[in-house]
Amino acid sequence: MMRAPTADLRSDQPAIIDVRARFPILARAVHGRPLVYLDSAATSQKPAAVLRAVLDFYRRHNANAHRGLHTLAAEATEAYEECRRRVARWLDAPDPAGVIFTRNATAALNLLARGLGHQLRAGDEILLTEMEHHANLVPWIMLAERRGIVLRHIPITGDGRLDHALLPRLLSHRTRVVSLTHVSNVLGTINPIAEIAAAARRRGAAVVLDAAQSVGHLPVSLTELGVDALVCSGHKCYGPLGVGILAGRREFLETLQPCEGGGEMINEVHLDRATWAPLPQRLEPGTADVAAVVGLQAAIDLVEALGPARIRAHELDLLAYALAALTALGGMQILGPLDPQARGGLVSFNDPGIHPHDLATLLDARGVAVRSGHHCAQPLHRKLGLPASTRISFAVHNTRADIDAFIEGLREARRTMARGAVGGSPA
Amino acid sequence: MSAPSIYREVVLDHFRNPRGAAPLLHASAEAFAVNATCGDEVRVQLDLEGRRIAAASIHGRGCAISTASGSMLAQWLGGRTLEDALRGIERFQRILCGEIEPESEDLGDAEALFDVRTLPVRVKCALLPWMTLRAAIDARGEATPPPRTA
Repeated sequence: MMRAPTADLRSDQPAIIDVRARFPILARAVHGRPLVYLDSAATSQKPAAVLRAVLDFYRRHNANAHRGLHTLAAEATEAYEECRRRVARWLDAPDPAGVIFTRNATAALNLLARGLGHQLRAGDEILLTEMEHHANLVPWIMLAERRGIVLRHIPITGDGRLDHALLPRLLSHRTRVVSLTHVSNVLGTINPIAEIAAAARRRGAAVVLDAAQSVGHLPVSLTELGVDALVCSGHKCYGPLGVGILAGRREFLETLQPCEGGGEMINEVHLDRATWAPLPQRLEPGTADVAAVVGLQAAIDLVEALGPARIRAHELDLLAYALAALTALGGMQILGPLDPQARGGLVSFNDPGIHPHDLATLLDARGVAVRSGHHCAQPLHRKLGLPASTRISFAVHNTRADIDAFIEGLREARRTMARGAVGGSPA
Repeated sequence: MSAPSIYREVVLDHFRNPRGAAPLLHASAEAFAVNATCGDEVRVQLDLEGRRIAAASIHGRGCAISTASGSMLAQWLGGRTLEDALRGIERFQRILCGEIEPESEDLGDAEALFDVRTLPVRVKCALLPWMTLRAAIDARGEATPPPRTA
């Protein structure tokens, strides 16, 4: 069992050193500089305990889960199902049968959209938002193309929040599903989910939450948020690549038609017909990535040992520090709300004088890893009038010193790009 | 070589003061391309006299590497034939993709971009104007691929 650090996680406290020590990759150098990893929103680094759990499974318990009666099969099955129960407790899902393991959040959203398709008729409406990641846009676009469903979007305001005052006008008697993000992966905005979910439910619509950027950073409770289902990716929450979660009210998940068939998800199979297994197996075809699921459990251990309150306090401290430093540089366009309390642990920005790709390359040369591009949110960037932006995102191992290195890298990038200008001043 | 070597003076100069960026009023050949992943855009226009490039315009918006590359290309194209251009495009692409080593090349200031080979994620930026030029030439329907040299 993981020993919980007792102090808070600020850079000057011993606890952060303890946390950083748990992440082996932080010891490596990039271009001769210490790695400063500020891209956890893309994927998080992994604590040694997670890596050990994955390897330990392959070394000592590896077998196909739910298939076979021998000891290894029983151990693999028990490890897999124990994590399912753990996830149910962690996310406040009322029933472990309402926790489905997928490949990632994108797979979970596709499973949902395709699974709901048969219940929807032409002219039915799905309400999304302008700030969604492509994973919460494209599966619904595909559904719309197949079944003549109408897609509507809650717009964003000038400071990157949802214009949910428009909600009564956007919800109609034809709205069947409202699907939106908890924390925007570009703007950082934390959306008022409970309020939106209540409004949607009053209209009889189901509510789906993209929690990819909130689990592991904010407390996430299915019950408190009042949503029918949420999706997230294990790899964004200190877990291995290859595991995602669809967690929901069982009654809601029961209505999903399985769209991938094969082993595991069946009850009886004949040559010309088959019957389906109950939940959760019905939505988990084929051999599961048991090793990734086992690794995910070790990641949940870390997150729960640190505790959501301490994680949030840590990220708020980094947010305030980073926002102040970016503002002090002058001339930076910061995307999303400027109030740290209104955002999750990431900041996207645009320096008018440096293209995001050039900035990312120059920062990389100093060992600082950021993300530049449209962050799988092209409609949002189009609305913002930007081809791309640069993003820093935080994890429990980040410190103010990381932000200092990033800011110094930004300063040097500005100096480098100004060298070619007449008079030597930045554009 | 480390990343900042890409951002040497000649590259930054072409980025800040792109050559051949003024649009042509009359273009015999033209193509437009966008790199959706980053928003780099480029329009290539050629004014041709027979198979000779009398004038070239390469303009758009994007990162320093793609802008500088377009400027270097526009400067290099002046007075060359379509065959020269296609040969140059092929050499530049193969060098940047690591397929061949640069020998005694004749690509002008664009040789300052050979180091992009060490930054695979930026190769598309450097190649964008050159690939768009090839599309402009191909769209005329006259282009025959130059014979591959050894």
